[in-house]
Amino acid sequence: MKRVGMEVSHAVAEAVRLANVDLIAAYPITPQTHIVERLSEAVANGEIDAEFICVESEHSAMSVCLGASASGARTYTATSAQGLELMHEVLYVTSGMRLPVSMTVANRALSAPLNILCDHSDLMATRDTGWIQMFAENGQEAFDLTLCSFRIAEEAMLPIMMHMDGFTLTHVVEPILLMEEGEVGDLIPEFKSPMSLDPDNPLTLGGYALASEYTEVKVSQEKAVREAKRVVKDTWRRFGEISGRFYNPVECYEMEDARIGLALQGSFAETASIAVDKMRKDGKKVGLVRPRLWRPFPFEELRQATKDLDALVVLDRSLSVGSHPPLGSEIRSALYGQPKRPQVVSFVGGLGGRDITPEGFERMIEDSLKIAEAGPGEEFLIFGVKE
Amino acid sequence: MSDKKPKGLDMIVLTPESAGKYETGTWRTQRPVIDQTKCIKCGICYGFCPDACVRLNERGEFEVDLFYCKGCGICARECWAKAITMEDER
Amino acid sequence: MMAFSTVYVQRALPKKEDLAPGHRACLGCGEALAVRQACKAFLEDTIIVNATGCIEIFSSPIPFTSWRVPWIHVLFENTAAVASGVESAFKVRMRKGKCAKRKVNVVAMAGDGGTNDIGLQALSGAFERRHKLTYLCFDNEAYMNTGIQRSSATPYGASTTTSPAGKLSIGQRTWKKDMPKIAVAHDIPYVATACPSYPIDLVTKVRKGMAANGPAYIHILSPCPTGWGFPSDLTVQVGRLAVETGIFPLYEVENGEYKIDPDLPKLRPIKDYLMVQRRFRHLSPEEVERIQEEVSERYLRLRQECRK
Repeated sequence: MKRVGMEVSHAVAEAVRLANVDLIAAYPITPQTHIVERLSEAVANGEIDAEFICVESEHSAMSVCLGASASGARTYTATSAQGLELMHEVLYVTSGMRLPVSMTVANRALSAPLNILCDHSDLMATRDTGWIQMFAENGQEAFDLTLCSFRIAEEAMLPIMMHMDGFTLTHVVEPILLMEEGEVGDLIPEFKSPMSLDPDNPLTLGGYALASEYTEVKVSQEKAVREAKRVVKDTWRRFGEISGRFYNPVECYEMEDARIGLALQGSFAETASIAVDKMRKDGKKVGLVRPRLWRPFPFEELRQATKDLDALVVLDRSLSVGSHPPLGSEIRSALYGQPKRPQVVSFVGGLGGRDITPEGFERMIEDSLKIAEAGPGEEFLIFGVKE
Repeated sequence: MSDKKPKGLDMIVLTPESAGKYETGTWRTQRPVIDQTKCIKCGICYGFCPDACVRLNERGEFEVDLFYCKGCGICARECWAKAITMEDER
Repeated sequence: MMAFSTVYVQRALPKKEDLAPGHRACLGCGEALAVRQACKAFLEDTIIVNATGCIEIFSSPIPFTSWRVPWIHVLFENTAAVASGVESAFKVRMRKGKCAKRKVNVVAMAGDGGTNDIGLQALSGAFERRHKLTYLCFDNEAYMNTGIQRSSATPYGASTTTSPAGKLSIGQRTWKKDMPKIAVAHDIPYVATACPSYPIDLVTKVRKGMAANGPAYIHILSPCPTGWGFPSDLTVQVGRLAVETGIFPLYEVENGEYKIDPDLPKLRPIKDYLMVQRRFRHLSPEEVERIQEEVSERYLRLRQECRK
């Protein structure tokens, strides 16, 4: 293991290289492009033996990965915002056909208006696609989770998305503990597909289902995604044994005796932890709840983490225009059936790359207490709107 | 190919054992009848059947597989020797 | 040449039926016939990548399949992209020693809608990247699977459900998009047109495409009794008329060099082709004459291209 200061996108590329992928499909979109650029250099210099396909759109990027995965290859691509939307229909197909493609999404705001900065609106639009999804909050996590993603995908036979904040993570330089060739070892065994296109064993993939068949096929897909949580936890455990860094479906910070929790995803969590530290010094019992595993949704772990809270502030980094914001509504829904549940206060902030400082998080938590006491009012509040 | 196939894949991965099970012969309203005395064994009927229903049998005669034949009539229309006629299904 | 090519068909074509009978194509389906014949061209291991469309629908209803070769269907517009992925995966896996080295043919099959319209981008990308795949466009001249809507391959004057003939409308208002020309513009080694009424020619061309040193494109006319409006037994005859009247000439372009075969010195009147089909029956004699002029002129230009 060596400690290197490097741009986080390059760390992700390094993880992809270590995983010995067979095929990379690349279409440029800010802010993911540095990942595929680094990979193309690696291919050009023989640092990895892979086919690097410069496709003509993101729809084709996912289609190429799908075709290659169906042929037994380990595949990877990366995208953001508009690119993720352009390949939207192919995402459903990749999951429905149970193909283990690994993809990094550098989260960026969706147009219109055009905005290339960090926002979660792109990933929230793919909740229903049937992909395993998880968040990296810093550079080390981006490297580690990317490495793990191949094993998870191939064991569960499901595609996997790793989300990392665009620019705030992709374009920063952080110290990363990189694993080396020999250290990856058994973590990522060779991909042996149970159902690939093979002239020695002809199979038909992608048949259509009538009403008499569709439900059962979907039920089995749903079950597979839910059961993938076991695969995720098992892989993270193995990874922890090799690296000493253990990941969990829901990460808790200062939650042991917390009365107020702040739930959020992505790199904001690190900023919020500074606010939490300060508030703790002031004697306030606050903590952070970070749903790292997004799909399959970590119901058990979330309920366990929040069971003793009086109030839970949820920060969404995107709007679901016309209704409750995504993370807020999913958490509320997950806690609805609990006999004892915290008051959920829903905030939206950080849209389109707008930053929230530690002081901002402090203010958010303070404001939430007042809102929680006052009782239900607005469906949700947007933080930091200019007057 | 790995032996372990996750559950649920059986439903979406189709194997050739299921090919040819559907009896399209029930669709037809007329059937081709080959007059072997007129047949010149050119094989055009074989080449032009969209359903691969016309084949050479062990006796070297072209015969129609009525399990699949939809009765489209192409073989009768194209036959060089006018050896095939279409007769109504009863 | 053409007369000889249709005799002793049984001996000239392999017996293997990669597309098993019992598929649910319409009676007399020209596309099913063309696919069946194209499959007879496969000499080595072949993998088929298929677009959404008639072929896919009549051959793969869960839990049944009619395919005896590896076959994948994904979506409507990404056949060429998926095929690129399959081709590249086999290439890299063989190179890395993860699977046995052998010749694997990747054949993409799509309809005219899935090629000319929604699939054009992916096709262009695959050609530009020079993937070693054979793209077969089965052209039944409309979106037939969804019920006969017009595509950019629908011929001028044809009536479809979205370009119906009416008091104010002649039917399709634009001439058929010249897909082989677009393929040629990508500088790929082999482009050809084919028709299932000429099976040996079709098989020969598919084989040549598969042997080409780069991407190949073969545009195959697929007469559709249901959509074009003619009795199911006339499929082969209609295909023949399309060639004999010059509206669908059979030609090849090998590394930019055009070759037309048959090179017809005199075309059969287009009326013979048009009036057999319900989709053209509304055309007035003037309109038929207009089509005749255009067909004759285009055929002449093609012949001139071949003489160069």
